[in-house]
Amino acid sequence: MRAGGFGKHGIRFRAKQAFGVAGLMALGLFGGTAQANPQPGQLNLTPGVTTYSHIPYMLNNVALGVCVVIGILVFGAMFIAMFRFRKSRGAVPEKWSHNTTVEIIWTAIPVVILISLAWLATDGLRKFSDTTGSQMTVKVTGYQWKWRYDYVDYLGKPLHVDFMSKLDDQSNATRQLDSGLDPYAVKADGEQTYLLNVDHPLVVPIHTKIRFVITADDVIHSWFVPALGWKMDAIPGVINAAWTNINTPGIYRGQCAELCGQDHGFMPIVVKAVSQDDFAKWLADQQKAATPPAPAPASTAAAPAQATAQVAAKQSTQG
Amino acid sequence: MAHAATHDEHHDEHHEHLNFFQRWVMSTNHKDIGTLYLVFSLLMFFIGGSFAMVIRAELFKPGLQLVQPYFFNEMTTMHALVMIFGAVMPAFVGLGNWMIPMMVGAPDMALPRMNNLSFWILPFAFALMLSTLFLPGGGPAGGWTMYPPLSIQSASTAYVVFAIHLMGISSIMGAINIIATILNMRAPGMDLLKMPVFVWSWLITAFLLIAVMPVLAGAVTMLLTDKYFNTHFFDAAGGGDPVLFQHVFWFFGHPEVYIMILPAFGIISEIIPTFARKPIFGYKAMVFAIASIAFLSFIVWAHHMFAVGLPLGAEIFFMYATMLIAVPTGVKVFNWVATMWGGSMTFETPMLFAIAFVILFTIGGFSGLMLALVPADFQYHDTYFVVAHFHYVLVTGAIFAIMAATYYWIPKWTGHMYSEFWGKVHFWNSVVWVNVLFFPQHFLGLAGMPRRIPDYNVAFANFNMISSIGGFLFGASQLIFLGVLIHCVWFSKKKATDRVWEGARGLEWTLSSPPPHHSFTIAPVIHDEELAHGHVED
Repeated sequence: MRAGGFGKHGIRFRAKQAFGVAGLMALGLFGGTAQANPQPGQLNLTPGVTTYSHIPYMLNNVALGVCVVIGILVFGAMFIAMFRFRKSRGAVPEKWSHNTTVEIIWTAIPVVILISLAWLATDGLRKFSDTTGSQMTVKVTGYQWKWRYDYVDYLGKPLHVDFMSKLDDQSNATRQLDSGLDPYAVKADGEQTYLLNVDHPLVVPIHTKIRFVITADDVIHSWFVPALGWKMDAIPGVINAAWTNINTPGIYRGQCAELCGQDHGFMPIVVKAVSQDDFAKWLADQQKAATPPAPAPASTAAAPAQATAQVAAKQSTQG
Repeated sequence: MAHAATHDEHHDEHHEHLNFFQRWVMSTNHKDIGTLYLVFSLLMFFIGGSFAMVIRAELFKPGLQLVQPYFFNEMTTMHALVMIFGAVMPAFVGLGNWMIPMMVGAPDMALPRMNNLSFWILPFAFALMLSTLFLPGGGPAGGWTMYPPLSIQSASTAYVVFAIHLMGISSIMGAINIIATILNMRAPGMDLLKMPVFVWSWLITAFLLIAVMPVLAGAVTMLLTDKYFNTHFFDAAGGGDPVLFQHVFWFFGHPEVYIMILPAFGIISEIIPTFARKPIFGYKAMVFAIASIAFLSFIVWAHHMFAVGLPLGAEIFFMYATMLIAVPTGVKVFNWVATMWGGSMTFETPMLFAIAFVILFTIGGFSGLMLALVPADFQYHDTYFVVAHFHYVLVTGAIFAIMAATYYWIPKWTGHMYSEFWGKVHFWNSVVWVNVLFFPQHFLGLAGMPRRIPDYNVAFANFNMISSIGGFLFGASQLIFLGVLIHCVWFSKKKATDRVWEGARGLEWTLSSPPPHHSFTIAPVIHDEELAHGHVED
């Protein structure tokens, strides 16, 4: 299933290159349905791949549309004024400097527009903030400069799977100052993944409401995958909650979005969404690998228990 | 009006006897101090601009070619600190120093010695801050917002905190001086609601400065004690909260962004009526809009923090309050357009910059409205969309207004006309390249490119290259500005008339060009039809 997804991506990519600049830009703006990861010439937000991600996308489009219409009206009036009321055309200045009716109108109309935008945004925000009813919990911890993922529970059962996720070696070698390596040559599965690939992606099932609890160990980071439709700061001492429910299998790439030191630009995020069956298999493999020799060092072994405790505390305060 | 009277005082100028040191370093004259502020600001504009050139050069193509990531972070941090505290704010204080006494009919600022002190603190503050770039450990690299815990990992915290304290003291003294001047030194008959909009905008801005600079000082002092004195204000391990800093910082920071735009509103409100030859539309609405924006600026700070995990109620409150700002801001834009409507316009360089301001600032306002919508902000936040937004409001907003003001008033200051041809060359280069520079950054942000990164995925390459080309050419265009200024001050042979612009109204144009040492030694008589914004009956 995943292979099919990549094939489609690859074809789309090659076709796009043939289009030339205008076609490329048109695709960038309107052809974004399956393109969750950044594309050359992309002009707009991605609609994303989750049950929530169309909300910011639509809100963005509506707000942009409103701004464009207001812009055309205001700037249009301005340009008409600049052509009609020029001294060089013999325009004689008028004396008026006040018009109550017009002023009331142009105060009231924006208020109405703002109320409708606020209504849409509030509705979206309420959906986003509802993290209840999740079937899975993943704890995300930001470090300088890598991410740690703890699978806390899945379908009501506690899990003990955790790993670090950092920039892949190929990107890391290429990104060194004057490395002489070509960023365009960094590829994985047919995608150009320079600075957007990791050694261990976060593997999650589709059609599952996943709750993320997000924190950090040293400085503030921010967990941001555009295809999921949100970012959430990872703050030491604070546990933030967010959720996602991915519709389409695929690999979704993002980056740390809060300045966190010298390698802020080099701690990407990769979410690999797979079918629930594939996820069950992956999970079994992970647990098998983890149990017999207990390879994890003491500090990391203690962490999932601690994470569970913190999540429980968070749940009880939200309760 | 009082023109004849002040002319008699002309011989009274004693600054000709002063040597260079006495004239400039010991000055208590509002015009000389205004000039010092403006020259300092121009210097900082070029220093901050050179940091921006480093940033755009590194981002020219994917891969690291020029600087190490840590140095890149120092550049983004210093670029912001220098441009905000060194270029934009001193430029507005300089313009206020020069123009406010002349606009309200006063001989000088109310507190001339403090005026000297508030300027001369600044070179020391910036010498301290910029010196960190040459010290072991380097300059601040945690962003101008200085979020802990990252910012206190830096070796230069103490330098930067002390420099910010100095800048804050300077700003507060400048603000006190401006308030004292406006409230006490107006000529008889210059009622508050007859003052030029620029003076109103500065009066309100000065109150914002006094309200928030101490808050910034408190925030950075807590950083200092967290780093050196074992306090834990922002340290979670000691019971503190890193988010507390963000609340305190943005309680300063949001009014601060209006400190950088309200005087610009005032400038544009002077220039458009002059070149439209028509009184400003809705004078009282303009003043009220500035006051409303200033009030709202205190209750919207957390819109910079939508992604920190605020409770739902807080997100909703700050979203609504932020959206509300669009109403008075919209009123201002509509009023500027209505001022042009039915006028008799000419398009000299100040007017060109003012018109570009109205259009491009409004575009920055549009992206600001989009950013206010919380679910959309979860996508935009900390991406290049935000970078594009605040550069539209700060570069094509604040800085274009400062340039407009410079072209508008420099004939008055120097007594010479600048070169209109080269002014227009500067304008058209600036307005084209600034859009090539910042417009593609919207697309980069929407595609998901985070801000403050030294290197990026190849998908972002094309727009970054376009943006960098725009950046280099915008930067180069500012050398034309420098040339126009040098020519105007020292080489221009064309004398400016007292009125300078056909449609100019207001007390400053009744003085000679250049004006006498003490602006109005005898209080002028106020004629309503000569007010800056025209005679308004409402």
